[in-house]
Amino acid sequence: MRESGDEWTGLMRLAISGDSAAYHRLLRAVTPVLRAGARRGLTRAGQPVDQSEDVVQDILLAVHLKRHTWDVNAPFAPWLFAIARNKLIDALRRRGRRVFVNIDDFAETIPDQPAAETASTNEVATLLKTLPPRQREVLQSIAVESASIRETATKFAMSEGAVRVALHRALAGLTAKLREG
Amino acid sequence: METEQLIRTLAADNPHRVRPVGFVLALALLAAAPVSLAMFLITLGVRPDVMTAMHNPFFDLKFLITLALAISAIAVGLHLSRPEASLRDRGWLLLIPIGIVAAGIAGEMMMPQRLPMMTRLIGHNSRVCTLAIPLLSLPLLAGTLIGLRHGAPARPALAGAMAGLISAGFAATLYASHCTDDSPLFVVTWYTIATAIVTAAGALIGAKVLRF
Repeated sequence: MRESGDEWTGLMRLAISGDSAAYHRLLRAVTPVLRAGARRGLTRAGQPVDQSEDVVQDILLAVHLKRHTWDVNAPFAPWLFAIARNKLIDALRRRGRRVFVNIDDFAETIPDQPAAETASTNEVATLLKTLPPRQREVLQSIAVESASIRETATKFAMSEGAVRVALHRALAGLTAKLREG
Repeated sequence: METEQLIRTLAADNPHRVRPVGFVLALALLAAAPVSLAMFLITLGVRPDVMTAMHNPFFDLKFLITLALAISAIAVGLHLSRPEASLRDRGWLLLIPIGIVAAGIAGEMMMPQRLPMMTRLIGHNSRVCTLAIPLLSLPLLAGTLIGLRHGAPARPALAGAMAGLISAGFAATLYASHCTDDSPLFVVTWYTIATAIVTAAGALIGAKVLRF
């Protein structure tokens, strides 16, 4: 599966250089792999696999907020799987389980299962309610209503810069709350 | 929220840029250093005979040791702030300050001495040394931990220990200019004890605050 790893590295380099479409493609490409790994890890720990989507979202948020720690000259997959393992361990710890994460839970294998149905009452959705109102509105506008930054700015009579700041703060805030949780 | 929605949101936030960990660490250290320096100048200060002491190679060697410790710990700490990194790749850098101390001890052994070994080892300032270095490290330790929080260490306690070594290295550099005990035997004993205290504190705090 070396090829998909190289492809990820290329996409991440584009993303870092400002190509948001490449970033979108990359996140969509890694998600099924992360989901399969999260399921394997949860199963091994005797946890129901329906929590795998929470773990996947937790990993994606950490990938996003810590992407500056990726070295553009290094392959992307080892970095990604290190973040993924770390977040899976966190998730199991929060659920009070003895932590045993197999190093092979996350590997570049393409899962055979289709994407899981996501419950609307997942962890991120619950924490969303605890964000300051403006950040929550901006996040929902972009996430749920698929509005662009510009459309969101017009809707709330904000500058695009202010929308960007609110969006980033919302994502950082969600991650901090997940960590405390 | 559906994962697809989250992905779209993250992609929308892609233009947001964060400074590299090294940059943030440098800023945090630059902010903390004056606090430690002020603490040092108010309480201890540079030894009065510093101009003559500078001609003693063993006085100068102390700075070489403490700065080598701080700099190698910065290199290792920054490396460990990447999630896929391990101590195996860069850990050997921490052997540099140890090697310098060992060379210093060997060098001193070969010179004629006025004082017996144990007298040089125990020195006159062991209590001040083991107290002053940890206290002077506190602002630096806080700064270093704040800087390393921008990273993503897979082993937060280990990264915290590096923060302890960084801050102890710089605090010991300040203290070395006050202390009249220049024997490498004194340094290897008391500086090491003081550094171990700070490193343990860094590991304990790091385990909590450096998780990402």
